[in-house]
Amino acid sequence: MKKIISIGITLLACSAALQVNAQDQTLLDMVEKGRQVFENNCMPCHGTGPGDDGAPMLPGTHALHLKYRGDLPALLTERTDLSVEFIQGVVRNGIASMPPFRKSEITDQDIQAIMAYIIAE
Amino acid sequence: MAVLPPGLNQQQFDSALGRLRQVVGNDWVFSSDEDLVAYQDFWSPAPSPDQKLVPSAAVAPQEVEQVQAIVRFANEFGIPLYPISTGKNFGYGGPAPNVSGSIVVDLKRMNRILEVNDKRNFALVEPGVSYLDLYNYIQEHDLKVWVDTPDPGWGSPIGNTMDRGIGYTMSYYRDHATAMHGLEAVLPNGEIMRTGMGALPGSQTWQEYRYGFGPDPAGLFPQGNFGIVTKMGLRLMPQPKHWRTGMITVPRRRDLGPLIDVVNYLSDSFLIGEPWYGSPMRRLLSDPDFRAAATKRGGADEDVMDRYAREAGLHSWQVELQFYGSEGTTQAGWEFARELINDAVPGAQTIAGESLPVPLTREQISKNGAPYDSNMRRNITQGVPGLGIWKLLGRTEAMPDAWAKGHLGFFFIIPRDAEQVFQAQHVFADALADVGIPSTITALTTPNNWNPFSFLFSAGFALVEGNAAGTDEGSQRVRETGMEAMLDTAAKYGWAEYRAGPHFQDAVASKYAFNDYALRRFNETLKDAIDPNGIIAPGRGGIWPANMRNRG
Repeated sequence: MKKIISIGITLLACSAALQVNAQDQTLLDMVEKGRQVFENNCMPCHGTGPGDDGAPMLPGTHALHLKYRGDLPALLTERTDLSVEFIQGVVRNGIASMPPFRKSEITDQDIQAIMAYIIAE
Repeated sequence: MAVLPPGLNQQQFDSALGRLRQVVGNDWVFSSDEDLVAYQDFWSPAPSPDQKLVPSAAVAPQEVEQVQAIVRFANEFGIPLYPISTGKNFGYGGPAPNVSGSIVVDLKRMNRILEVNDKRNFALVEPGVSYLDLYNYIQEHDLKVWVDTPDPGWGSPIGNTMDRGIGYTMSYYRDHATAMHGLEAVLPNGEIMRTGMGALPGSQTWQEYRYGFGPDPAGLFPQGNFGIVTKMGLRLMPQPKHWRTGMITVPRRRDLGPLIDVVNYLSDSFLIGEPWYGSPMRRLLSDPDFRAAATKRGGADEDVMDRYAREAGLHSWQVELQFYGSEGTTQAGWEFARELINDAVPGAQTIAGESLPVPLTREQISKNGAPYDSNMRRNITQGVPGLGIWKLLGRTEAMPDAWAKGHLGFFFIIPRDAEQVFQAQHVFADALADVGIPSTITALTTPNNWNPFSFLFSAGFALVEGNAAGTDEGSQRVRETGMEAMLDTAAKYGWAEYRAGPHFQDAVASKYAFNDYALRRFNETLKDAIDPNGIIAPGRGGIWPANMRNRG
């Protein structure tokens, strides 16, 4: 799977995704799956736009904004330093005030798809 | 290392897990330490690590037949089960069981939205459906109904209702156990039962007449342990055409009485959504002299508080009202509210707020457009679930390297009556002070009207490094001494907690003691008859099966 992601990085970085073959289609399906999983599970906290009641950002985005102070993007979809292993660790164990997610909510395959989506973004 | 179920050795447990894998497949039985992290309470209030409530395993069925098989399996092995819907009841135990060694039945994969009807205004869902899922479904299908959502909204309608959760719109809908219309449950013997009209084969009205004929046992399932709920109907509020707000303020401390009376009248006449009480004088709390007056032991002096209000040019109390309906009906409702308060309280002021067609735009939801500071949480007044409230627990500009290690709230049911509010303000603050716990309760603290016909008087503690409750010592004091002090104090005045996590459920239940615990004994009799092996969530709601009742 990592190989597919690696291929995907190259493909997408080169903006060659329009010329898809079967393997590329698998990758694009994975990115789409990752988008859905990200939107359903991550975006309510880590998305763009304002938070509740005049808050400038959503809580997860705001927390990372304060944590990194500009050294890294506050938005996960703008990160280029993330790995599947890192996301796996955070999702499965939780971090700071973010609780962990179970495999019944986000499967290991979903986490790989999230990674593909973040890279594609 | 994972614990074993009570009474089983490792070999028996391994055999049991093998049987479970046959039921749901290898991928959906979890017993490794890594997998079980997410089945523990992320904010466990256990006084020590060895007292943390941990499961022995988790199993995630996708079909009701699998739930039946799991229940029969549990009877055979004598293993307690602990069902969760989405497991997001953080602050109340999350996915953790009452009894360590239980197997968590994780219903997240049962996530079908079976029906949403926007003509007769109901939904039928499975436990793994979240409020976000249901909201998104309604939007995608352009259905003209609202789902009343708790805050945050990543939990499930079934899970929230099973803990008597609340929301923020009109009274009938925001009391989620009231909005519950019809259940399907797998009973402790593995049978499937449907309540109300659902007991009628071919029923056309399962979600529309909750009672059916004869006793309605649906009320046994919230905060109970009589089965595993696999489907639930809930009433949905028709999408209003218009939303209007307004604020009423009253000048004197004693005016809280008629203010509450007027709001009760409007609310019980189903003319307003959730009212949001507050005090314009809160800004004075930064003045040490005023704070001392507002936290005076035995209660604040009315004359002193009124003098502070006059000198500051502030009114004592405020309430924000919201009206759902058409532009015309909401205007009429606001005018009626003004008429009532002007008749009841000399010197009351009324300020028109917002008047917006529904649905609001995202920009309208995110920004208060009223000509006054508003305490309303706007997403939830529009039935839009989200996780924005998590901002209360994360890093802040003032403390960018600290975050909540937990949240512990006390929420006591008290009457919608000003004298009782005044009493609650000082007796809870004094009780906490007596045990050395600083609190945020003052003579300006106002209750929530989440439950339609009672107030919830609350004291919440975010256990954040840097505040008194966030140190290890402070957390423990709040968790143990604070809870005990609050429960004892409440009981003296005829009040009680309505909800608690597993660590506190026995303590809360112990206060419901009328006639030598007749209610508890009734529930225990039912438990023994319905669940003789005591396999469904033993201890939940303070109800223990016979085989664990005298566990010491």
